[in-house]
Amino acid sequence: MKKSRFSKLVFFLTLVFLFMPLFVLAVYAFNESKNMLWTGFSLVWFERLFTGSRNIWRAFWNSILIALTSAATATVLGSLGAIGINWYNFKLKKYVQTVSLLPLVLPEIIIGVSMLIFFVGIDLHLGLLRIYIAHTTFNLPFVLLVVISRLDEFDFSIIEAARDLGAREHQTLLRIIIPMAMPGIISAFLIAVTMSLEDFVITSFVSGPGSSTLPVHIYSMIRTGVSPVVNALSVVLLGGTICLVFLMRPFFKYIAHE
Amino acid sequence: MNGSDVKIEGIDKHFGDFHALRNVNIHIQGGEFFSLLGPSGCGKTTLLRILAGFESPAAGLVRINGRNILPLPPNKRHTNMIFQNYALFPHLTVFENVAFPLRLKKLGRREIDAKVEEYLALTKLAGQEYKKPAQLSGGQKQRVAIARALVNGPEVLLLDEPLSALDAKLRQHMLIELDTIHDKTGITFIYVTHDQQEALSVSDHIAVMNEGRIVQVGNPTEIYESPADVFVANFIGEANLFHGTIASVEGEMVSVEVKNMGILKVTMEPGDLEGMRDFQPGKQASITVRPEKINIALEKPPDLLQDVFNAFPCVVDEVIYNGFQSKFFVKLSGTGGNGNSAIKAFKQHMSYYSAGPEINWKDRVWVWWKADDAYLVEVHDA
Repeated sequence: MKKSRFSKLVFFLTLVFLFMPLFVLAVYAFNESKNMLWTGFSLVWFERLFTGSRNIWRAFWNSILIALTSAATATVLGSLGAIGINWYNFKLKKYVQTVSLLPLVLPEIIIGVSMLIFFVGIDLHLGLLRIYIAHTTFNLPFVLLVVISRLDEFDFSIIEAARDLGAREHQTLLRIIIPMAMPGIISAFLIAVTMSLEDFVITSFVSGPGSSTLPVHIYSMIRTGVSPVVNALSVVLLGGTICLVFLMRPFFKYIAHE
Repeated sequence: MNGSDVKIEGIDKHFGDFHALRNVNIHIQGGEFFSLLGPSGCGKTTLLRILAGFESPAAGLVRINGRNILPLPPNKRHTNMIFQNYALFPHLTVFENVAFPLRLKKLGRREIDAKVEEYLALTKLAGQEYKKPAQLSGGQKQRVAIARALVNGPEVLLLDEPLSALDAKLRQHMLIELDTIHDKTGITFIYVTHDQQEALSVSDHIAVMNEGRIVQVGNPTEIYESPADVFVANFIGEANLFHGTIASVEGEMVSVEVKNMGILKVTMEPGDLEGMRDFQPGKQASITVRPEKINIALEKPPDLLQDVFNAFPCVVDEVIYNGFQSKFFVKLSGTGGNGNSAIKAFKQHMSYYSAGPEINWKDRVWVWWKADDAYLVEVHDA
């Protein structure tokens, strides 16, 4: 009895610890005043967000565009790479595997700085293209990791069976390996989208004027003074994310089960 | 007969420093149920994988119906393999697993449906078409693997320890079914196993392998009753082995002096008579006697003929009751039970009431066997 009361308490404290900051943030989105004093309920910051904040929305759509494109590219390249590393033997295979996963442990700031120096070096100025390339690059190792661990669950004899039954190399790839890895590929894509949406450090190094993503834009807004518009935006994003999670629940189940 | 003739000529294979196959030569007749039998690491699976095209040998040829298949990739060979762990495609249904090779051939829909149904019926899988492999039992997965391997109409079916993942009862059952399928299709079966019971019960011929070499090729009776050497005698079934020195040869009767036991009489096989020169007194000889051919009783039977029977007084060391038989482990009276002096004797329970009094642990008994039932397995210089 006591034990269960204790675990309930811990559970409750954990919830508070996790979600209290979010709760405070959400509440102040509905505050009339600009600072932290509660002066009354108001939707004025939402109005400001939806009518007078074109830059925020441009950054938002930049984020979505880059997340989808870079995640898709990283998923295609990473999945093929994972299949290659897992199921084909070639010289230096071990080294390729290690080197390709290195960016996972490298501090983001090092990747950011090196990307910036690289882009300056090759004289690439298009901000969005830079961000797209950077995000694709740092997403690759995650895709590799997820897809490889999915492929690890399968026996190599499945590939041999396909070959034995008359499949050529590309038929084995298209009919057996990729469909079998699909749940892993889909979750890799979702992870890549998330990583891209929330990345700040690397993006802030490579983004140019007029090409920032949402996290970078919010950061620059806060530097010039905290605006409750950010709170309102956070509430909208929070709501959107929660809806998305609930909509995709059957899908997650499918991934977990496969 | 659909079965094709398989000739394996001088196959050699290394994995780094490990010599996996050493000059392997086998001729397998079309339509045979042929087993490759040996302990793990003997090279039998490697040989099968060479036939399937997953490994390439350092030297040698494999001919199917006279044509060398080694240059062909696995997908171009008319061999199909059944894998130890079934290797079913987990994302496809039973139907699609079996249809896979047919879809690759781009056959028409009706033809595919008809063929898949035919082979699902052959393997008793009708009604399971739309299940995924994860929903099937081990035996059912095995059947899907068999149907999938046969649907393409291979010339040779390669089976890599297909029953090893099943429990004992099911294994027996599937073995009989495999034999039935073999009879119905007439395809050449090449069956890799480490289980001598499996190999003995269904094979037309067996090749016993050890350390990359073929030790003996023969039909099950030959392998069991006339093992080529001590290894085969020990590996196939259970055997009592006695090592000694040939004392005399009279006609086809050989007397071997064995330490602790005295003289053992053993009759030569008719085939051995040609090689008489090997059986000279003074040479070292190894004799095997199968435990089921040894009689055991509390008292010495009075009418044993000295020159055709071997009889020894013993003490029972261990009795193992198996239902259909009892296994007696005895040692010669007055010895420690080491080496030559330990003997296994199996007694079948042929009727409900056992004949004679029961034999128990520590009893003094007599064991005896006919000189005909012993086998001179190896003779070599001292």
